[in-house]
Amino acid sequence: MTRLFLALPFVTVVILIILGLGAMLFKKNLIKILLGLSLMESAVNLLLVVIGYRQDSVAPIFTNVPSGEMAMPTVQALTLTSIVIGVATSAMMLSFAMVLYKRYGTVNVLEIRKLKH
Amino acid sequence: MQTFLISHLPALLVALPLLCGFLMPVIGRAGPRVRNGWVLLGGALTAITGLLLAIQVLRFGPVTYVFGAAHTTQTLAENPAAAFPIRIMFEIDALGALMIINTTLATLAVIIYSVAAEAKQSGLDMFYALFYLLIAGVYGMVATGDLFNFFVFLEITSLAGAALVAYRIDRGVAVEAGLKYALLSTLAALAVLTAIGILFGQYNALNIAALASRLQFTPLDKVALCLLIVPLAMKCGAVPMHFWTPDVYTTAPSSVTAFLVISSQASLYGLFRVLFSLYGAMLSWATFGWFLIILGVLSAFIGVTMAIPQKDVKRLMAYHAVSQTGYMLLAVGVGLAVLGNASALAKFGRAAIAGGLFHIINYASCKGLLFLTAGAIFLRTGTRNLNRLGALGHAMPVTMVLFMIAALAIAGIPPFNGFASKLMIYQSVFHFSPLLAIVAMIVSILTLASFVKVFQALFMGPRRPEFANVREVPRPMLIGMSVLAAYIVIAGIFPQFFVTRMIAPAVNALLDRAGYIATILGGI
Amino acid sequence: MALFQTLKTAAGVWNPLLWLIALAVAIGIGLYIRSRGRADSRQGPAREPFISGNPEPENAGAHIPATNLYWGFTEALKGWYQKLLPIHTGVLTDYVAWFLGVMALTFIIALAG
Repeated sequence: MTRLFLALPFVTVVILIILGLGAMLFKKNLIKILLGLSLMESAVNLLLVVIGYRQDSVAPIFTNVPSGEMAMPTVQALTLTSIVIGVATSAMMLSFAMVLYKRYGTVNVLEIRKLKH
Repeated sequence: MQTFLISHLPALLVALPLLCGFLMPVIGRAGPRVRNGWVLLGGALTAITGLLLAIQVLRFGPVTYVFGAAHTTQTLAENPAAAFPIRIMFEIDALGALMIINTTLATLAVIIYSVAAEAKQSGLDMFYALFYLLIAGVYGMVATGDLFNFFVFLEITSLAGAALVAYRIDRGVAVEAGLKYALLSTLAALAVLTAIGILFGQYNALNIAALASRLQFTPLDKVALCLLIVPLAMKCGAVPMHFWTPDVYTTAPSSVTAFLVISSQASLYGLFRVLFSLYGAMLSWATFGWFLIILGVLSAFIGVTMAIPQKDVKRLMAYHAVSQTGYMLLAVGVGLAVLGNASALAKFGRAAIAGGLFHIINYASCKGLLFLTAGAIFLRTGTRNLNRLGALGHAMPVTMVLFMIAALAIAGIPPFNGFASKLMIYQSVFHFSPLLAIVAMIVSILTLASFVKVFQALFMGPRRPEFANVREVPRPMLIGMSVLAAYIVIAGIFPQFFVTRMIAPAVNALLDRAGYIATILGGI
Repeated sequence: MALFQTLKTAAGVWNPLLWLIALAVAIGIGLYIRSRGRADSRQGPAREPFISGNPEPENAGAHIPATNLYWGFTEALKGWYQKLLPIHTGVLTDYVAWFLGVMALTFIIALAG
C-alpha cells in the first residue's frame, strides 16, 4: 500500500505528460498547443519535486523541525528556477500567438505556414 | 588586480555580456551614439575575456571556477564535506576553449557588423539587450560544468534567440518563425530537464564530472541519455528534426542569424559533451556512433538537396547550415563508433573527431560570413529573392569578394579552411566506410554547385536599372565581415598550426573522460 | 617554424603553401603561353560574342534567373523532390511529431541495444 502511495505522484507525472503531448500533437489551435506545453512544464516540475523526496526523510523546513534526516532542498531550488523560466517562455509564446492572430487572422497551426519547403 | 581579473575570467565571461545587456536600456537613453559605443565596448571586452580565457586553458590546462566558494578554484577533492556536489561550477577544458574561441570570433564580427547594419532600425536598446543575453547564454553553455546550469543557459539562449528572431515582425512571418523556434526549444529543454531530474534522483549530483564518476548505466540512465541527446540533436538542426532551421535562419535579422549558428553549435557541443564526457565508453558506442553517423549523413544529403531549388538566398544558406552540421555529426560519429577500439581510434578515429571539431569553427566562420553578406545585400536591395537580384558585383565589389571567400571555403575549395577540415573528414571516414566518404564528397560537390548558382544570381550579369542606387555597404559592416574572412584565409593557409594548438587538445579533452572527472574530483 | 608545417590527415598530407606555389607556377605558365599568342586575335570580328550565329541578346535578357539555372537538375531528380518537398509542411505540430518520433525511435534503440 505504501509503495502504491509512493508511486502515485510518478503516475500523475506520466499522465500529465501524456495529456500535454496529446494536446501538442493532435490539437490545431495554437492556444491549446501552448496549454499542452504548460501542462508538460507542470508535470516536469512535479517530477523534480517528487524526485527530491528520500524515504524516511523530513521536509527541509527549519521551524519546528522533527527529528530525522532532512531531504536535500536542491530540487526545490531547481523547480523554482524552472518555474520562472516557464513563465518567461509561456508569456513570450502567448504574445507571439497574439501578434500572429493580429497579422494572420487565425490561430490554427494549419494556416500559420507561410514558411515551408 | 591583474591576477584577480585573471582568476575571475570564467565568471566575467558570462557576467560581462549580461551586464552589458541589462544596462543597455538605461544607456540607450543617452542617445544612439553612446549606445553604439557601449555595444562596441561590451563586445570588445567580452571578446578579450573569451580570448584570454581560451589562451589560459590551451596553455595551462583546464580551468575550474566555483561560484560562491571561498576560493574559486576549490575542487570537490579539496572539500570532502561536499558529498553533494551541488555548487555551480564552470569547467573549461580544451574543447570548451575551442567553443569559446568560436563564439568570440562570431561575437566580434557580428557586433561590429550589426552596429552599422541595424543603425536605421527602431527599438535598438532592447534589440542589443537581447543580443547580449544570447551571447551570455552561448558562453554559459560552453563553459559550464553543471548539468542544470547547462539547462538554464540553454533556456536563456532559446528565449533570447526566439525573441530576436521575432523582433522585426515583418507582417507576422518573423513571429511565425520565432514561435516555432520557441516552442520546439521549450519542448527540448523540458526533455533535458526531465533527464536532469532522473539523473539527480539516482546519483544526488548535478555536476557533470560528479555524475560521470557515479554513473552505473542503469535502464533509467539510458532513458536520460535519450532525453538528453535527441533534444540537443534537434537544437543543432539534424535531419529529420531540422524543419525549424530554415524558417528561423531565413526570417531573423542577418546579424542574429549569424549568431544563431553559433548557438546551434553550442547545442552540438552539449551533445558531444553528454556522449563523451558524461557517458563515454560506458554506452554502447557502436550503436550511438551509428546514430550520429545516420543523423549526419541524412543531414548532409537532405540539407544540400533541399538547398538547390530554393529561391530565397537566406533559406538556401540555412539548408546548407543543416548540411554542414551533418559533416560534424558524421565525423564525430565515426570517432564515437570506434571509441572502444583502441587501434581503430588511433588509426582514424582521432583524425575523424579532429576533422569534425575543426569543421565546427571553420563552418561557423564561413556560414556566419555568408549570412552577413546576405544581410548586406538585403540592406541595399530590400529583397532576398534570387530571381529578382542580380548584377550586384558592379556596385558591391567588396561584398562580392567576401562572399566568394566564404562560398569557396564552405564548398571545400583549397586554399581556404573548409578544404582542410573536409579533407580530414573524407580521409578518416574513408577508413571507416568508403561509402560514407563518397556521400560526403557528393554533398560537397552539390554545395559548390548551389553556391555557383547563388553567385551567378547575386553578382553576375549586366547592370540593372532597379539597382542603380545600390552602393557598397558601410565600412563597419565590411570590417565585421573581414574579421571572419581573415580567419577563413589564415586557417586555410596554416591549418596545421590551428590543428596542433587548438584542435588536438580539444580532441584529447573530448576523449579523456577520466581527465574531465579528475579535474573536478581530484586524481583517480 | 610551427606555422608552416604540413597538415597530416588520416591517410595523407596537405600543405597549402606548396599548393599556392604550384598554383602560382601554373598561372605563370598560363600567362606565358597567352603572351606568346598573336596580338591581332583580340581585334576585329573575333571580339564579337559568337552564339551559334544568333544575334546577341539585349542586356536585360542576358542574365539567367536563379530558378532556371538548375532546372535540369531538379527535373532529373523530380521523384526525389516530389517525396522530399511535401515533408516540409511548415506546420508546427508536424515539427513536434517528427521530434517525438525520433525520440521514440531512440528510446527503442537505446533500451534494446
